[in-house]
Amino acid sequence: MSSDGKPDRAATRRDMLKRAGALALGGGTMPALVATAAATPAEMRAAVSSIVGKARVNDGKVKVDIPPLVENGNTVPCAVTVDSPMTPADHVKAIHVFTEKNPQPYVISVALGPRAGLASISTRIRLRDSQTVLAVAEMSDGTFWSGRASVIVTISACLEDVL
Amino acid sequence: MARALINAPAKAARGAVIEIKTLVSHVMETGFRYTQTGEPVARDIVTNFTATYNGEEVFRARLYPAIAANPYLTFHTVATESGTIELKWTGDNGFEATERIRITVE
Repeated sequence: MSSDGKPDRAATRRDMLKRAGALALGGGTMPALVATAAATPAEMRAAVSSIVGKARVNDGKVKVDIPPLVENGNTVPCAVTVDSPMTPADHVKAIHVFTEKNPQPYVISVALGPRAGLASISTRIRLRDSQTVLAVAEMSDGTFWSGRASVIVTISACLEDVL
Repeated sequence: MARALINAPAKAARGAVIEIKTLVSHVMETGFRYTQTGEPVARDIVTNFTATYNGEEVFRARLYPAIAANPYLTFHTVATESGTIELKWTGDNGFEATERIRITVE
């Protein structure tokens, strides 16, 4: 117990809520789901630095297009466009997409080249919670650029029926 | 053989940037779910996608469990010459799917 007692009390209340939720949603399976490790913003930063290394990630050039409010986190349209002429001398080498609150921070990594013509991809992703989705682009000159989008998710991707 | 849907132009002008839309049927089981009895459900996802244009790789993607079921992916490429674009998906448990599309460049 810490001297002011605050952190402990907060943790206890959270635990109680988890247990209440587990009971309400029918026993055995839920505690396991709750216990699943979630990526945190810190883990997302670690994932980003595992790819960019010590390079600086600049803001800009990358546009992440996700609806600001999505009803179903199981399938969320996500498009990433990078502003680049895509010539052999100046093109996007790779695009990486990360989330901060999914069970793991990685979403997709793509490798491109001047043959792509346009540095633009789109896919459908899963989102566990309302969060920020980050896209990092690696340019042919070795610089990194990033863009982000905040999304509000009403139904989490991880509350679907278990088998 | 998994079903795949491809949407790409059959004809393009030389040097034009074309968009290729792909979708392959797959459950994309995340590996983060549990059964009623508390057993974890093994991960079963498509992990890799490559597009080769007349034998040259033009696009490659690495997919993670955060990609929704039936992975949909669009990308662009420059129509350089007539030929075949081969799309290949590989994944867990030996999953493999290949589709070829013909393109005429004029």
